[in-house]
Amino acid sequence: MDDPLSLLFLVAAATLRVATPLILCAMGGLFSERSGIIDVGLEGKMLIAAFFAAAVAATTHSAWWGVAAAIAAAEVLALLHGLACITYRGNQVVSGVALNIIAAGLTVVWGTAWFARGGQTPALEEGERLLPLFFPRAGDNILVYVALASVPLTWWIVARTRFGLRLRAVGEMPLAVDSAGISVAWLRYRAVLLCGLFSGLAGAYIAIAQNAGFSRDMTAGQGFIALAAVIFGKWRPLPTFGACLMFGLLDAVAIRLQGVRVPGIGEVPVQLIQSLPYLLTVFLLAGFIGRAVAPKAIGIPYQKEH
Amino acid sequence: MSVPAIELDGIDKSFGSVHAVRSVSLAVEKGAITGIIGENGAGKSTLMSILYGLFRADAGEIRVDGEAVQMDGPRDAIRHGIGMVHQHFMLIDSFTVLENLVLGAERGPMLAPGLAAARAELARLSRDYGLTVDPDATIADLSVGEQQKVEILKVLFRGARILILDEPSAVLTPQETDQLFRILATLKERGVTVVLITHKLREIMAATDRVFVMRQGRMVAERLTRETNPEELAELMVGRKVRLHMEKAPPHKGEVRLRAEHLGLVDERGVVLLDDISLELRAGEIVGIAGVSGNGQTELLQVLAGIRPPSGGSLTVCGRRIDRQRPGDPAEMRDLGVAHVPEDRQRQGMVAAFRASETSILGYHALPPFSQHYLLNGPAVGAHCARLMERFDVRPRVPGLRSSSFSGGNQQKLVLAREMARNPKVLLVGQPTRGVDIGAIEFIHRELVKSRDAGCAVLVVSVELDEILSLADRILVMFAGRIVGEVEGSRADERTLGLMMAGAKAA
Amino acid sequence: MTRARRPLPAWADIVLLPVVNVALAFLIVGIIVRIIGVDPFHALNLLIVGAIGSPESIGYTLYYATNFIFTGLAVAVAFHAGLFNIGGEGQAYLGGLGCGLAILALDRTLPIWLMIPVGVIAAALFGAAWAAVPAWLQAWRGSHIVITTIMFNFVAAALMVYLMVNVLIAPGSMTPQSRGFEPSAFLPRMGGNALNLSLLLALACCAAVWVFLWHTPWGYALRTMGHNPEAAVYAGTNLRHMTMLAMCISGGLAGFVGVNELMGVHHRIVLDFPAGYGFAGIAVALMGRNHPVGIVFAALLFGALQQGGAELAFDIPQITRETVVLIQGLVILFSGALVQLPRPWLQALFSFRRA
Repeated sequence: MDDPLSLLFLVAAATLRVATPLILCAMGGLFSERSGIIDVGLEGKMLIAAFFAAAVAATTHSAWWGVAAAIAAAEVLALLHGLACITYRGNQVVSGVALNIIAAGLTVVWGTAWFARGGQTPALEEGERLLPLFFPRAGDNILVYVALASVPLTWWIVARTRFGLRLRAVGEMPLAVDSAGISVAWLRYRAVLLCGLFSGLAGAYIAIAQNAGFSRDMTAGQGFIALAAVIFGKWRPLPTFGACLMFGLLDAVAIRLQGVRVPGIGEVPVQLIQSLPYLLTVFLLAGFIGRAVAPKAIGIPYQKEH
Repeated sequence: MSVPAIELDGIDKSFGSVHAVRSVSLAVEKGAITGIIGENGAGKSTLMSILYGLFRADAGEIRVDGEAVQMDGPRDAIRHGIGMVHQHFMLIDSFTVLENLVLGAERGPMLAPGLAAARAELARLSRDYGLTVDPDATIADLSVGEQQKVEILKVLFRGARILILDEPSAVLTPQETDQLFRILATLKERGVTVVLITHKLREIMAATDRVFVMRQGRMVAERLTRETNPEELAELMVGRKVRLHMEKAPPHKGEVRLRAEHLGLVDERGVVLLDDISLELRAGEIVGIAGVSGNGQTELLQVLAGIRPPSGGSLTVCGRRIDRQRPGDPAEMRDLGVAHVPEDRQRQGMVAAFRASETSILGYHALPPFSQHYLLNGPAVGAHCARLMERFDVRPRVPGLRSSSFSGGNQQKLVLAREMARNPKVLLVGQPTRGVDIGAIEFIHRELVKSRDAGCAVLVVSVELDEILSLADRILVMFAGRIVGEVEGSRADERTLGLMMAGAKAA
Repeated sequence: MTRARRPLPAWADIVLLPVVNVALAFLIVGIIVRIIGVDPFHALNLLIVGAIGSPESIGYTLYYATNFIFTGLAVAVAFHAGLFNIGGEGQAYLGGLGCGLAILALDRTLPIWLMIPVGVIAAALFGAAWAAVPAWLQAWRGSHIVITTIMFNFVAAALMVYLMVNVLIAPGSMTPQSRGFEPSAFLPRMGGNALNLSLLLALACCAAVWVFLWHTPWGYALRTMGHNPEAAVYAGTNLRHMTMLAMCISGGLAGFVGVNELMGVHHRIVLDFPAGYGFAGIAVALMGRNHPVGIVFAALLFGALQQGGAELAFDIPQITRETVVLIQGLVILFSGALVQLPRPWLQALFSFRRA
């Protein structure tokens, strides 16, 4: 138990557990952002997905129905985001902020009305959760593997398929896509829906795999860390995956370092480690460490005719 | 002529209140190079965007190979064998040549087969048309000329038999332009139909078989290129407008108010915008800068007004020397007595959402009497605006109305009034009468001459030759960022100026 | 092709469209409340009574509205400069920290008439400083202000937790909060339990913002930049300096939330007092059309919702306070991102009436 190898295993497993929702959510965000749609609303999608995953799993006693409900709920928010940003050419940041707040309110309102436990869902039983597949102590449930698979999948879609080529193009220069005779709106809607799918899975993981039920605001900023990871990964799948692992590791370490005196440094403030993802992203954006270049057309609604 | 490749019949298009294309008809001959020439804003690009399905015409018919077709989008145009090389390239900077080539023509959901096929096709096209480009190069690393080759290849790759080029030389060096014309000649040999849109006479004469001339949204002439000459085309392009007779006394020139010495301007990509510009502007004279737009006049005005610092040379304004080390800014230039009526009043000279009274102090808002004890003096601003409106006959005479609610002519009068209100030492005016109706044109011209007679040094930049001819005491002609000629106003005529503007002849 | 519709008359654009947008938000909440099994009209009635039914509840409504005025103004000032400040949450937090630190350092030496202005100024300075960093990064380094202000919200929260747990915690306290302020740092109450002089400060800020934006040369230049940066350059405005100015004012205004919360109510530094006011400020500014008068009305509505929502939750157990959060989100959605949604309907209505 105390040998270095099993410690390493534990840290790696803890990192992966924390990083899984970040990876899923970041891959979703990557699709949206590469298509030119800023997604500040990852947090909200994940939160509402977490709620419906737990609520439906508790009601139907089936983890799978929970996963399905999570995806459906996240897709509803994704479609609203698409409607606001693509069809009505609204401000993408305002839409994202609104959806986050709606999710924060709706989950508690609905949860209280449904279960009357102050916004929490009942604790989930074994059959209502996604359980570890091979290593009980590592928490390696199916969604962990899905998250790991989502990275090469995302890479493959973006780099190797027609959809990926068009996706990359529409985020850089929608006018060129339009003049090649491809629908900008339909491309972006597909990207936004993919984002909903992945953030739905991330939410389901948090509620019915990592935890055994929903509690208010349980995503606690992870959607924003995922967004930071996308930026930190320069909008590319593999570096984004790396950023998620790094941020996950930071979090796992932060928990272990709580109250521990590191020789030569003294006690490292846990909060400093926890805010490192944000600080690093800000430094990166400011060009102090490398340069993150966003898709050129990001945040700009596409208007066809004058 | 056999069945034309393309026929446009009675095409009409308006954007809001702007009537951009007025009942235009033309026929493009198969396997030939057809030119469409006209000044900026004549409607050439709009017409071609309609042909390519980017805009929908309000009226009219498009026929390809004699058959009427409906263009609902670029996809339709591509299907009918029409390809377009846009003025601003439709290339994704971060993509490779090959990726740009296949975008929208991928042949299946996976990229690999499409890319492989495209690679083979590209090799064939390169062989046939002598267009060699590295298929794996990233667009951002290519020169502008090479990027244009990619644009042409993209269009050919989609099987286009009709190629439209919109101002293709706007971004090219002269050498690259020559190379482009060789490419076009090769395409023609291989049976491709080419439509070339440009405002440059030299290019029409060098590259086309037949030329159509557009002016103010109308098709005004059609000529065989070998049967016409640059002089005639220049006249047709500019048009014989009612010559505005400006009764003005000979100038009483005073001291030098503004002197530019070897001014240069290079943008961040290294493109030379202004090249060794030297000029003098004296009190009591109007100097006109003539030139086809896009030849550095805009940038010259920006440098003279302190908006952009020069990258080389120096500028002396009323005793203050401005150069790269010690750049000026617009506020300082105003303090020195330089007033500036920008070329594009909508974008620079006013704020559409502001009330007219607010627009009437733009740039002077921090000075008394508008600003006193750190506060804007509303009544003073309102009274000032009312005075300006009165003096320049701005209608409606309502200082509280939104600036965007005024017509173009009235907006221009308001901006002009604002800049002339303080009796500036130097007055820089860009396109004084763009989008202004005839009555207002006369009024504005008279005011400019009055200002000159009062001892102001006036510099007028205009693409309207008539305007330059009727206003200027001295005329400088700009071409490709340089001053290529100087003529006394009284001795200038439209033909010589037109040729200099087209870069055909230096004085 | 759709037939061309006439644009809306100005009054409809300024008054009717926002009202329709808010009505849509309420309609959706009404439907959700109905689904939950509560009669929406009964709930609305309880909500109104809870918000303005007694002097006590009016006091709370005004106290909440004070915070909304501060953050609404903060968003609006940045917005007039063409900047989107969604860091109000963090700036409010830091404003509270500044105010609290000044008080902890000086409340035993300064008299009340000095302590209060010092606290207020410290709140503004800290809020402004927290906004100045993203502003500087945008103006000089070109990083996107939206992303940096979001990130700074989280950094602010982490910083406050660290300070409260490790540095500022009162000796012997089990909860992370500072020692209580001396009475010299208590803002005088204006009746009730929570309403205090901050409301006057908020109204003064409204007046000051109005004067600044529309009646000073700097406000003029700031609005010029927001509408048309090219014209601002033409007019001689330094866009970098103006970005800094706008964001500092914005951050300072958000910082005043700390004054209302800490000097007015808690009388010590506590955690989590910004409680979403920074984000709600976006809704307040959007609804109030970025004008101080509109912001006061929007803030009153949001304050009433906050207070009425709390009473409602007390009366009907199925409904929670978060209903108010839901309404805020929907208001942002409909009067911000989907603002164009009802326009065609209204245009059709107006065309129909004229025809």
